[in-house]
Amino acid sequence: RVHRGQHMLASRAVSRLVALRTFSASRSASTLVLATHDNKTLNPATLSAVTAASKIGGDVTVLVGGHECGAVAEAAAKVAGVSKVLKADHPALAKGLPENLDKLVLKVLSDGGHSHLLSATSAVSRGVLPRVAAQLDVDAISDVTEVQSEDTFVRPIYAGNALCTVQSGDAVKVVTARPTAFDKAPAEGGSAAVDDVSSSAVDSGISSFVSEEIAKSDRPDLAAAPVVVSGGRGMKNGENFQMLYDLADKMGGAVGASRAAVDAGYMSNETQVGQTGKVVAPALYIACGISGAIQHLAGMKDSKTIVAINKDPEAPIFQVADHGLVEDLFKAVPELISAVAK
Amino acid sequence: MRALVAVKRVVDYAVKVRVKADKSAVETAGVKMSMNPFCEIAVEEAMRLKESGVVSEVVAVSVGSKACQETIRTAMAMGADRGIHVQSDEALTPLGVAKVLAKVSEKETPDVFLMGKQAIDGDNNQTGQMLASLMGWPQATFASGVTLEKGKATVVREVDGGMETVTMGTPVVITTDLRLNEPRYATLPNIMKAKKKPMETIDPAALGVDVSSKQKVVSVSEPPTRQAGEKVADTADLVDKLKAKGLIA
Repeated sequence: RVHRGQHMLASRAVSRLVALRTFSASRSASTLVLATHDNKTLNPATLSAVTAASKIGGDVTVLVGGHECGAVAEAAAKVAGVSKVLKADHPALAKGLPENLDKLVLKVLSDGGHSHLLSATSAVSRGVLPRVAAQLDVDAISDVTEVQSEDTFVRPIYAGNALCTVQSGDAVKVVTARPTAFDKAPAEGGSAAVDDVSSSAVDSGISSFVSEEIAKSDRPDLAAAPVVVSGGRGMKNGENFQMLYDLADKMGGAVGASRAAVDAGYMSNETQVGQTGKVVAPALYIACGISGAIQHLAGMKDSKTIVAINKDPEAPIFQVADHGLVEDLFKAVPELISAVAK
Repeated sequence: MRALVAVKRVVDYAVKVRVKADKSAVETAGVKMSMNPFCEIAVEEAMRLKESGVVSEVVAVSVGSKACQETIRTAMAMGADRGIHVQSDEALTPLGVAKVLAKVSEKETPDVFLMGKQAIDGDNNQTGQMLASLMGWPQATFASGVTLEKGKATVVREVDGGMETVTMGTPVVITTDLRLNEPRYATLPNIMKAKKKPMETIDPAALGVDVSSKQKVVSVSEPPTRQAGEKVADTADLVDKLKAKGLIA
């Protein structure tokens, strides 16, 4: 072990040495990061996953499984801290079907002997990683917000009302990482090689993609937006959300919704912020007509600054708001729009 | 077709949980417990499949302490035909539960295994996927629309950017999202009837499954609390405060 450490001393940069000392148990760590992407662009959540992986220590390999996903692999190779990119291109991987993608991940893990499999928490990673963990007969660790060491992780439970520190003794640690809890690794500066990996036998043939309805928008992605303006039941109808879009557009932000607003049909599902929807942590979160149920707070209480606009002074949202305005939102929001416009 | 539905007993969704003083876990003694909301949606979907004539039998399964029998009775009061209780006083990880459910599946041979997308206590969102993986079955997670026919399931799923539709052969694991349906309330006559429905109790050891875990909980702690905020007088005051912080121009 000492010898190996000395070899590494000779060949690696000082910053790396510091990292190795910090995680002394991580000398043999090697993390496979499953990239999040749409076959064309690398989702910024992957940059957060690379940061989480770098906190584990050891090499970081990014796996891009998709179809005609060369640009994604090239982008991944430029990410600072990535030592290698593996690309698997196959039509069966185009839509992230878990019954196919799990086969690819298992094959790459067994060939590479990685100690960790990590991915940003997403609909795809939530589908795939538990399947892989079950095949490896290891527990999976969901949505971690802190990497304490190569085997110890912190994750929220009970809608974020408690933080659970877990230690894994499994041979391979299978982890999803909450993107908002980790800074994004620089998208430029890396120069990893891109290797093609065989994608034979990834088509399980047991499931098929039929169609999708993906909301198209020029606005920033809700999960990554610097400003999020959200509406709840107090918006009264879907049309009224237009003023939240007007405000968000002026601020370069995105629009979210509470479960009540989604259930009432004011907004579509993918805009829901909360325990069972998206988790956001923007610089500024503006909650309009949202009471602040436990389940909603789970999705936004790590925002840097929270503003609440609600006419009910007793609404629980005011307990987490940095700035609370007790006012009819139909008066306050238009005032805010014109103030920001100036 | 036979539908199995997994149900979990959890701290009621409306309870503000407290962490135990010794930081070992969240306090559950004397706290209101109920069926995990996503599991209710799974039971409801199974009942709708039965009522539409697609499914002939619905079996509710729960893994955990004796008190889980209440949760199974609730599922039977909603209409499930019978119950299976795998009694375990240890807290199992999702993998442990999935292994138990896989053994139950081998015995019960369901065409569809319905369960919630996540339990609101552990927030793991793993068990359904692990069960499907262990059984070599396809999965349809985060379902908001289910069409089932002999040998085939077509499911609308809630994904990050919107919705997608997938199709797969049965047997299949389907995990439910909030938008799938509105669960019914159990009526008093149905609660009375549920008491007479058959419930089998199984010891996990009898299933021959190793549910031990290499994962241990080091501690459970309170999350950091936010600094108390302030109320602003009006919109102009709010704008000034946000400008002072550099959050708006």
